[in-house]
Amino acid sequence: MSRIGVFVCHCGENISATVDVEKVAQAAAGFDDVVHSVDYKYMCSDPGQTLIKQAIKEHNLTGVVVAACSPRMHEPTFRKACAEAGLNGYMCEMTNLREHCSWVHDRTEETTEKAIDLVRMLVEKVKNNKPLEPILVPITKTALVIGGGIAGIQTSLDIANCGHKVILVEKEPSIGGHMSQLSETFPTLDCSQCILTPRMVEVAQHPNIELITYAELDSLEGYIGNFKAKIRKKAKSVDHSVCTGCGDCWGKCPSKKIPSEFNAGLGSRTAIYVPFPQAVPNKPVIDKSNCNYYQKGKCKICEKFCKPGAIRFDQEDEIVEAEVGAVVVTTGFDVVKPEFFPEYGYGKYKDVITGLQFERLASASGPTLGEIRRPSDEKVPEKVVFIACAGSRDPAKGINYCSKICCMYTAKHAMLYQHKVHTGKSFVFYMDIRAAGKNYDEFVRRAIEEDKVNYIRGRVSTVYEKDGKLIVKGADTLMNGEPIEIEADMVVLASAGISNPGSEELAQKLHVSYDRYKFFAEAHPKLKPVETNTAGIFLAGACQAPKDIPETVGMASGAASKVAALFSQPELKREPLIAVVNRQMPPVFSSCVGCFLCETACPYNAIGREEIKDRNGNVIKTLARVNEGLCQGCGTCVAFCRTKSIDIQGFSNEQMYSEVMALLND
Amino acid sequence: MNEFEPKIVAFVCNWCTYAGADLTGTSRIKYATNVKIVRFPCTGRIDFMLLLKAFSEGADGIIISGCHPNDCHYTSGNFHARRRWVMFRSLLDFMGIDVRRIQFSWVSAAEGAKWAEIVNSTVETVRELGPYSDYQKVADFLKTEVENG
Repeated sequence: MSRIGVFVCHCGENISATVDVEKVAQAAAGFDDVVHSVDYKYMCSDPGQTLIKQAIKEHNLTGVVVAACSPRMHEPTFRKACAEAGLNGYMCEMTNLREHCSWVHDRTEETTEKAIDLVRMLVEKVKNNKPLEPILVPITKTALVIGGGIAGIQTSLDIANCGHKVILVEKEPSIGGHMSQLSETFPTLDCSQCILTPRMVEVAQHPNIELITYAELDSLEGYIGNFKAKIRKKAKSVDHSVCTGCGDCWGKCPSKKIPSEFNAGLGSRTAIYVPFPQAVPNKPVIDKSNCNYYQKGKCKICEKFCKPGAIRFDQEDEIVEAEVGAVVVTTGFDVVKPEFFPEYGYGKYKDVITGLQFERLASASGPTLGEIRRPSDEKVPEKVVFIACAGSRDPAKGINYCSKICCMYTAKHAMLYQHKVHTGKSFVFYMDIRAAGKNYDEFVRRAIEEDKVNYIRGRVSTVYEKDGKLIVKGADTLMNGEPIEIEADMVVLASAGISNPGSEELAQKLHVSYDRYKFFAEAHPKLKPVETNTAGIFLAGACQAPKDIPETVGMASGAASKVAALFSQPELKREPLIAVVNRQMPPVFSSCVGCFLCETACPYNAIGREEIKDRNGNVIKTLARVNEGLCQGCGTCVAFCRTKSIDIQGFSNEQMYSEVMALLND
Repeated sequence: MNEFEPKIVAFVCNWCTYAGADLTGTSRIKYATNVKIVRFPCTGRIDFMLLLKAFSEGADGIIISGCHPNDCHYTSGNFHARRRWVMFRSLLDFMGIDVRRIQFSWVSAAEGAKWAEIVNSTVETVRELGPYSDYQKVADFLKTEVENG
């Protein structure tokens, strides 16, 4: 006979405000085999857990149902509490009275009735639970970091400095990411490259970091502690072990008019190129899509001039395999494309540029060597309009969120412009100024008060060209919506930060969740900001949501500490919620008939074959056998099995059928 | 007479729809109380005999929901579920079971609002169809057919 204890949580008032928790506890006390049923204000608190532990001992409970929040939140907490009281943790189940009941319904009798039903379901389920022991698996103490921007750089360095191996994969020819493109950084106006490039070099020289540039993740299989990654190294067409990075090749390359990605399209580069002078590694790759030889079959000038003989036109993509124990995704963000702003004329007028392009204009390493000259005629603009929230916080454009960094970089841009063009006038159209952060608001005030940037609270409706000027039409909402028209020489859009174009595909390769904007989803918005819902895969930086450099670096170190904590264990405990094939006494051995339909269903190749032999070594029967190291517990095989011979622990047929049967039988 | 309140069972996967329904809660989006969720690791785990079990226990409608194609936490469980559903649906239809009472959908962990819409629309559909008292007739008929060979 089962002896079940039911523990109903008020969750402060989160549950008790709409569900009559006392009534639920009373009703549960009347269920078959329930010997103890109580409600309490905070079941997850220390006294709450003590309450459960004492009840297990006093009432000799064989199963526990905690009716509280989502099991995705607190199942481990309560399983641990049960284990501490001597009850196997897997004899504890949770029912979700908060997310699936009290928060989504009004306070009515039906809500309480539903809560009672939910408790009854789990009481019936837990009666069929079986004690389970965690599975111990080894950990490969190497981390894979995907993306070599500041987030990936910081994560890699932190993990490597803990003494663990890191493989850093970057899709571009150089690490550095968006931060390497920035001119100065807010709120200190220190040069971005000056603070970043030493770290880039450190990555390249660190004995624990293997840097693989111009490469992308092809596939990832396995599970926490034991992933197998396939990395596609794109053909560089240059043998980097021979190349000295002298630069003769790109000096001679005849394809010179390719828009430079590093300069956000404002400068040009050659087909064989390093993205920027401080690139790491500082050795070129050939961009096949723009190379005369690859496109037209003739040229090879670079090969002719390469003294060490490093050019390899026949090089092909190479797939390398790596075993890793953890993955950190640091793939960063992108900004919206020109077609996003027909009303602002971006893409139509050369002098309407994005914030990232302004960074390149203001940067000493940029196409104008740091002088603010407008792209159309290289004149110094006398009037510049900055438009904040270009795309962000605009439900009509499909972007409801705040891109977070634009208020600050717009203030910085206006300030840099005023510092470089003393006679110039700058205007900022804004919705709100969001300058929360250490020294951030002071920075914006400085732009307004000391550098005399004109801040106008209002939105710009349209930008059009007239007599060589860009006419910016907007309204000043602090002046009763008075229309404003500015004849500008250049317009800078604080264009919205968006997820990278390949992020959905990458999320699917990694089996992690992503949100409606295709940013990667953290496991919990507050308490697990760097974890994903897939164990062993972590996040850092703007691939999760737009964020600034300090926040990215903090998050990167956070993710690194999670990886280091994981790697500090000698072995990993895995949930034993996996499939098993039943075994019986001879002569049947198992109800498995050896059809191996499960083998075809399993996405992990976890189904093996086991031969049952008699004492003479003759095979009597061949059964399916689950490799517990490979099984991830999806249970697809269970639904496939014709003879119900394979079952999944934690979600067994007995458990699920009892749950369904309890659901409706009042 | 009181208005008929349908009893709906939802079979959902842990990673997408269960998390999506959690998000409905955290976003405080209200929906009908008629639905009760049964959590599975994956829609691939859902033995479709459970659907018949639910009907025979008195359910009026059923929701099956998991991850969108390509988003499965276990790579391909949702594809198995989808294929199984296509076959099972035509079998149910052939047997005389009203397939309008079963809603098959995909709700990701980010689609809290979609979950509420699916619950509400299913409740409305089933409310119009009325109590599924005919199920027992179909089941009894099939049973005698089987017994009589």
